[in-house]
Amino acid sequence: MNEDQLRLLYRQVILDHSQHPHHHGTLADGSHEKEMENPTCGDVITVQVKLSPDGQQIADIAFNGSGCTISQASASMMTDVVQGKTVQEARDAVYLFSQMITGKETTKEMDDVLGDASLLAGVRAFPARIKCATLAWKALDQALPGFPEKE
Amino acid sequence: MAKLSPINKTDFPMWQGADAVPDAVYLDSAATAQKPQAVIDALVHYYTRQNANVHRGVYTLAEQATEAYENARQTVADFIHAEDTANIIFTRGTTESLNWIAQSWGGTHIQAGDEIIITIMEHHSNLVPWQQLALRTGAKLRYVDIDDQGLLDMPAYRAMLSARTKIVAVTQVSNVLGTINPIQEIGQLAHAAGAILVVDGAQSAPHMPVDVQALGADFFAFSGHKMLGPTGIGVLYGKMALLEAMPPIEFGGEMISKVEKFQTTWADIPWRFEGGTPNIAGAIGLAAAIRYLQAIGLDKIRDHERALTTYALDQLKAIPGLTIYGPQDAARRGGVIAFTLNGVHPHDLATVLDTQQVAVRAGHHCAQPLMQRLGVVATARASFYLYNGQADVDRLVAAVNEAKEFFQQ
Ligand SMILES: Cc1ncc(COP(=O)(O)O)c(C=O)c1O
Repeated sequence: MNEDQLRLLYRQVILDHSQHPHHHGTLADGSHEKEMENPTCGDVITVQVKLSPDGQQIADIAFNGSGCTISQASASMMTDVVQGKTVQEARDAVYLFSQMITGKETTKEMDDVLGDASLLAGVRAFPARIKCATLAWKALDQALPGFPEKE
Repeated sequence: MAKLSPINKTDFPMWQGADAVPDAVYLDSAATAQKPQAVIDALVHYYTRQNANVHRGVYTLAEQATEAYENARQTVADFIHAEDTANIIFTRGTTESLNWIAQSWGGTHIQAGDEIIITIMEHHSNLVPWQQLALRTGAKLRYVDIDDQGLLDMPAYRAMLSARTKIVAVTQVSNVLGTINPIQEIGQLAHAAGAILVVDGAQSAPHMPVDVQALGADFFAFSGHKMLGPTGIGVLYGKMALLEAMPPIEFGGEMISKVEKFQTTWADIPWRFEGGTPNIAGAIGLAAAIRYLQAIGLDKIRDHERALTTYALDQLKAIPGLTIYGPQDAARRGGVIAFTLNGVHPHDLATVLDTQQVAVRAGHHCAQPLMQRLGVVATARASFYLYNGQADVDRLVAAVNEAKEFFQQ
């Protein structure tokens, strides 16, 4: 492992998201939420969503909690990705993200769907940090209606 | 100050050979220790020259295996100054030892209204078994707090003791704060109140001389893998009167004297607690580890780690924004230093250190109530053993500074 891999892991965009996370806070009128803990470090994250009246779309999203650079940046990026998406599109994004982090390569589809979040692919080189990256996505998945039947 | 060299790094294959990383810095011995060639050799010797089941065969090989296994028990008994080999039960490790006490002795001696005292610095394995025992029986679990130095609040402990106190369970050395607790005094007070003393020796037995009788321990638990031995082997020491009052909780082969269709008589102590084929290789490997440690001398190991800890505390304290938890004086702590760095999450810190080939732990160290008490979610932790030297500390400090720069640019 070397400095280059470190730079790949901690890209500027990732550091920015971590220091100034998007959608950080709580929703006054959230409809669904899930709190999740990273068992290795004890970091806790809560993801809240507000679905549209027909229950199909993520009208608003927020996350709360503190954690490492990777978990905070990943949560922030996740909220950007799924804000305004349908529940199914959000689930698909969770799936793609998980595939990207645990897989070998980033496909064009991943790039398109995940946007900034595809930069977290650098976590692959640091297996011990994968749980940090996937925490918020898992929380979202479980917060959304239809879990775990859709798994 | 003369440069503090490792006592004997060359005995450890981890750093030897063409495919080794000779300058890898291992600072996570509180989690598990590296193994010297002598221990590996003992395992290979058992599996290649002595392998047979114990207490069963009449043939020579089985006799030899049994002798090696029982000799290991003697080595352990001598190591912690137990009264007799009968006081030594082989387990899977500290966790299993403590669970057995809680389930067996605890399960038959604890009732609603009794009190169990532990401390806020306990590892989950000396916490959850008591918590669950209390929940099961209706007993009350009480915690002794720490002061700002990470030392136990002894006046609070004294005040907590009463005729209701049945068990006092405490770690000899904290795996986070490093604090060395006054076990003797804690035990005397516990005994005066009529309670038994359970000592978690996971972080003490590997690093300092231990005399369970002088400590006044009624039960003492430790793990082989943290003291240069193999994983999967550990020890439960118990005073004979307590072991006699303790029903076995695992039933099967080896632990019986006679089985009839509707009743069984147990084997003698300690075998009645060792149901099934034991970890024979593990016990033999642990004995080899103990002999290795004894040849160096536990006093010498303690002195080395204390000097190294003093040096590390000084170096780390000089880093702005770095907080060290636990006693600031190395005389009161083992070779474990938990720390946090302002603005850098311990996970990120450990990742940067890893890229510099410096292995430290980051997380809650299986002590979440303590983390809460300290007001942190996680910390980084460096821990030392006899193969560490000043150069390792220097690499740690340099890497921490590098991480600081990296995240503050
Ligand atoms: C103080 C303390 N107690 C208990 C344990 C548990 O030991 P083991 O996992 O070997 O059972 C540890 C090890 O992490 C420890 O540091």
